[in-house]
Amino acid sequence: MAATSIPAAAAVPKHKYYQRFDRIDRAMHALLMITFIGCTITGLPPLFADHAWAVSLAKLLGGFSGCALIHRVCAAIMIVVFAGHVVRVFVEAVTKNGILGTLWGPKSMVPQPQDIIDAYRHVRWFVGAGPRPTFDRYTYWEKFDYWAVFWGMFIIGGSGLMLWFPTVFSQVLPGWIFNIATVVHGEEALLAVGFIFTIHFFNGHLRPEKFPMDLVIFTGRIPEHELKEERTKEYERLVKEGGLAAIEATPPSNLAKYFGWYVGGTAVILGTLTIVFIVYSVIL
Amino acid sequence: MKAIGITLLLAALGFLPAAHAAGADECIECHAKTTEKTASGKSAKVDPEAFGGSVHAKGKKKCLACHEEIENPDKAPHGKVKAVDCASCHDKEAAEYATTIHGKAKAGGKSAAATCVDCHGAHDIRKSDDPKSKVHKVNMDVTCGACHGNDAMIKKEKMPGGNVAKLYHDSIHGESVHGKDKSKAPTCTNCHGAHDMRPKSDPESNVAKGKIVETCGTCHSKAKKAFLGSVHGKMKSQNVKAAPDCTDCHGAHGVQKHDLPKWQVDVVKECGDCHLDYIKTFRDTYHGQVTDLGYARVATCAACHGSHDIQRKDNPESKISERNLLATCQGCHPKANANFVKFEPHADKHSLKSGPALYYTTKFMQFLLAGVFSFFGLHTLLWLYRSIKVVSARRAGRTEEKS
Repeated sequence: MAATSIPAAAAVPKHKYYQRFDRIDRAMHALLMITFIGCTITGLPPLFADHAWAVSLAKLLGGFSGCALIHRVCAAIMIVVFAGHVVRVFVEAVTKNGILGTLWGPKSMVPQPQDIIDAYRHVRWFVGAGPRPTFDRYTYWEKFDYWAVFWGMFIIGGSGLMLWFPTVFSQVLPGWIFNIATVVHGEEALLAVGFIFTIHFFNGHLRPEKFPMDLVIFTGRIPEHELKEERTKEYERLVKEGGLAAIEATPPSNLAKYFGWYVGGTAVILGTLTIVFIVYSVIL
Repeated sequence: MKAIGITLLLAALGFLPAAHAAGADECIECHAKTTEKTASGKSAKVDPEAFGGSVHAKGKKKCLACHEEIENPDKAPHGKVKAVDCASCHDKEAAEYATTIHGKAKAGGKSAAATCVDCHGAHDIRKSDDPKSKVHKVNMDVTCGACHGNDAMIKKEKMPGGNVAKLYHDSIHGESVHGKDKSKAPTCTNCHGAHDMRPKSDPESNVAKGKIVETCGTCHSKAKKAFLGSVHGKMKSQNVKAAPDCTDCHGAHGVQKHDLPKWQVDVVKECGDCHLDYIKTFRDTYHGQVTDLGYARVATCAACHGSHDIQRKDNPESKISERNLLATCQGCHPKANANFVKFEPHADKHSLKSGPALYYTTKFMQFLLAGVFSFFGLHTLLWLYRSIKVVSARRAGRTEEKS
């Protein structure tokens, strides 16, 4: 409906696509997304146990045993995915990108001075004090998302394992560590859930330019005009280095698109609902 | 057939005076069929079968023993018939009744208050050990429930306790009375008494604060003994007002079986009614959250503290005393060790008293959440504002403004 009213979009002939995320990236995001939602909907009931919706949700998900099982299975998968990612970064650092290229430069997830400059310029553009900045392969907010998950894995994963296997951890740690683990697990979970279901959803999918869904993480392919307009620095670098042809891709498959629309869309809806419940519970 | 019908009709209307002195059979002959009403508007009908089965029909006492003012039973109508005065025979019970809550209410002008016939019936009155009796054990809840289970009446008469008949019916006592254990299970009068029934506020009442332990203990002697030795029991014997007794935790009419998961998680709230700080900190733990959701698979108060035999932590007999704590935790966590029991099940994360590590971790997490959400919240709102402007400008067919 919107496309017909935008002459510029109609004028673009057939999209050219470039590969942004490979199969493993997409699989990891999908697994992370599903297990994260699994942990969220089974973890929120105990955190908001004094609310009627939490009681109903727990009942719906199989009661105590059901919730506990889903939560632990999802957590285990998430930990495996995370460990797999860390191994992969190491392997690719050695075989493909170089250790230096992994730790610094446009293909690195490590925050760099350019990110601070980008963030500053971006905010200036928000308030109308400057032009819209262009970005490289990874923007500063994407790096924040990434490191938020990375940190969260250690914090939530670590505290979660403690609470899962208390008698194992108490072989070496004093029991009051479980008091701290309980606080940290719950608060960090609220941070993660609150962040992913509002900030990440907005930055990645719900903002007007992308609404309702940016499919790139599901299809792996970015349309040429988006690469040019939004990730101008990467595009120019690729043109200069002559790497553009190597990443030219076929249009997204229908399967990937459907997965993005339906599974990704479900995630967005569930996440937004979750936020409604949390905000309602925290405020009222 | 027709002739008999007419005869009976005439008899009922009193046109056919009976030829002989009135025994029960003669009275019943008319009163079984009569459509006449008494002066107060009640039906004068008597069900011959109900009367036939009554305790009074079996003895020598026939109609006129109760309806004594009827001088000429053969002549109908009998003139004004007074309410039966049971006290003329049952003087001891009647005297007792006058001191009860029902008797006093009646004397005070409350017409709804139960009298002899409301509980015992009138013509159908039977001995209390007769299963058909209104005051037999299995029928008692229905009999008392006629008033104490009638919501409209409860509201109108402001009866204490609400719909206690329903509560009792669904309780373990109510279930047992109607089940296999009927000989052991108590019914209303086992706790409240019958003719000596008094309100809870009367110190003489079986269910008064000072007597309830004794009353429950009639059957639950083991629990009574354990309770009297517990911290609560000792408080009770020192007349500490706040001391709980049986009904504070178990409820009165709605007593549930102690191994029902629902009761186990619900009783946590009863403990929390007095132990306000402890319930709050308990709810911060996984045990507290899961029980709050309604699942009894994790520790409740009693799992760690015991129930009737509850003792202070500094009492070596306590389940949470230094001596016993490890064994108590091992009840659920068999591999627990000395490190494990350093867990603080009632830590207050908002107070330094529970240790600086927990306190500052909590503060740090709150600061982190507030920081991240404030920064990115503002970031998102500003971005949204700008994006809407850009998109609406595009829609209007204009190019994006540079500044």
